Amino acid sequence: MNPTRLLAGPPIAAGAESLADHRLRVGARPRATRPGELAASIERSGLLGRGGAAFPAARKWSAVAGRSAGDAVVLVNGAEGEPLSAKDRTLMNARPHLVLDGAELAAEAVGADRIVLYVGADHANSVVALRRAIGERGREMVVPIEVVVSPATYVAGEESAAVQYVNGGEARPTGVPPRPFERGVDGRPTLVQNVETLAHVALIARYGDAWYRELGSGPTRGSALVTVGGDVAHPGVTEIAYGTTVRDLLSVAGGTVDKWSRGAVLLGGYFGGWLRAEEAANQPLDPRSCRDAGSAFGCGVVHVLPPARCGVVATARILDYMAGQSAAQCGPCVFGLRAIADATARIASAGSAHSDDLAHIVRWSGQLAGRGACKHPDGAVGLLRSALRTFSDEFDRHQRRGACIEAELQGRVA
Amino acid sequence: MAGDDAVTIAIDRIACDGRGVCAELLPELIELDDWGYPIIAPGSVPPHLVEHAKRAVTYCPVLAFKLRATQGAESRAAAGVRQPSVARQVG
Repeated sequence: MNPTRLLAGPPIAAGAESLADHRLRVGARPRATRPGELAASIERSGLLGRGGAAFPAARKWSAVAGRSAGDAVVLVNGAEGEPLSAKDRTLMNARPHLVLDGAELAAEAVGADRIVLYVGADHANSVVALRRAIGERGREMVVPIEVVVSPATYVAGEESAAVQYVNGGEARPTGVPPRPFERGVDGRPTLVQNVETLAHVALIARYGDAWYRELGSGPTRGSALVTVGGDVAHPGVTEIAYGTTVRDLLSVAGGTVDKWSRGAVLLGGYFGGWLRAEEAANQPLDPRSCRDAGSAFGCGVVHVLPPARCGVVATARILDYMAGQSAAQCGPCVFGLRAIADATARIASAGSAHSDDLAHIVRWSGQLAGRGACKHPDGAVGLLRSALRTFSDEFDRHQRRGACIEAELQGRVA
Repeated sequence: MAGDDAVTIAIDRIACDGRGVCAELLPELIELDDWGYPIIAPGSVPPHLVEHAKRAVTYCPVLAFKLRATQGAESRAAAGVRQPSVARQVG
């Protein structure tokens, strides 16, 4: 059930695949024989962006291509600021030439003469691997490629923040038009695309869109990288066919559904949503199915909360992080997220909740979405709403009785 | 269905610093959250309130309150026609 496409080849732990090995294994990067050929193939493939928003890659490409006079920019997004995700750095570390192939193919397709690799400062190994890979390509590169090391913050990977940083500003979202595809890096139309998305492009260009669609069940076809973590024996990055259920994924990762009577799973990371274990077990992992379930596929995080851990406490920690990672530009995010995080922290800390804390966070959770320059507040309140639904009993116990499962279990052990 | 002149309120959330003038001028469509920042009723501005909405554009002290063409702008953008960045500022 674990397809190996992006992660086929030598073991991940062996480090970066060399250019020579990469070409021996998958062949040289194909070149388009007709203009628009690859873009049409990407459209037929149904490839979705892997940064979290699952936006169709083909639509981004046509928006940039339609505005480019041959001077567009491809901004390859490897910021990976999501704390529970490791799939982008894994890909950059182990398969840098898939990423570079995809970036060059995209540049050719949209009419770009510059490629910027935007890599998170905390992914030092990725920066090294990509720089070395660029060096291996030497004069063969069709378009100049540079590496820009981005700040290690949550919002630095947001499209407009990335563009603003590359342009010499701060890595904070700009929100208002123009959007990057209109005026991005150096004022030019800019394709901002996640590293995994581009690695898929490298394979679709070689094997075709029909091949790409052979994997997957349900509404979304193809394969995806996921990061499995929390209460599993073998945490880490793996590749799945879209539509794989959480149960099947966890059986491979060494997690079991049997001990989940009180457990829960966080899908999609800090921008995602909680599901109760019994809901999650048969949940297909693909963007639409996860959204329909009130959760999110996001950047492919599947994080198992151990049964002895309290979902309210876990949620409070995440919200505190998210409030701290606000770009501090928009009032509803600055004040709203901080208030939500503080109230949730009081609820989580058994016995210290104010009488109206739970009522407040329920009300605020419905007020913040759509009221920031970026989706940071939307992501945080989406996570909170999923927590209020998934851990409704626990929130109630905390607020009314100051009782916490986690504290009780730890107390019993001690 | 919204007519050609229908407008939608758009707040520049980075510029907005919660003075609350818009909520005073347009209480029918705007309430303030617990920190004084506007929450906008969804949809287009009803025709009888458009004049009030234009006053909010004029009187917002930080020029964060804007009006955009509701329907036309989206369909023109979808057709690939370039638009000025803030589609149409009325008032």
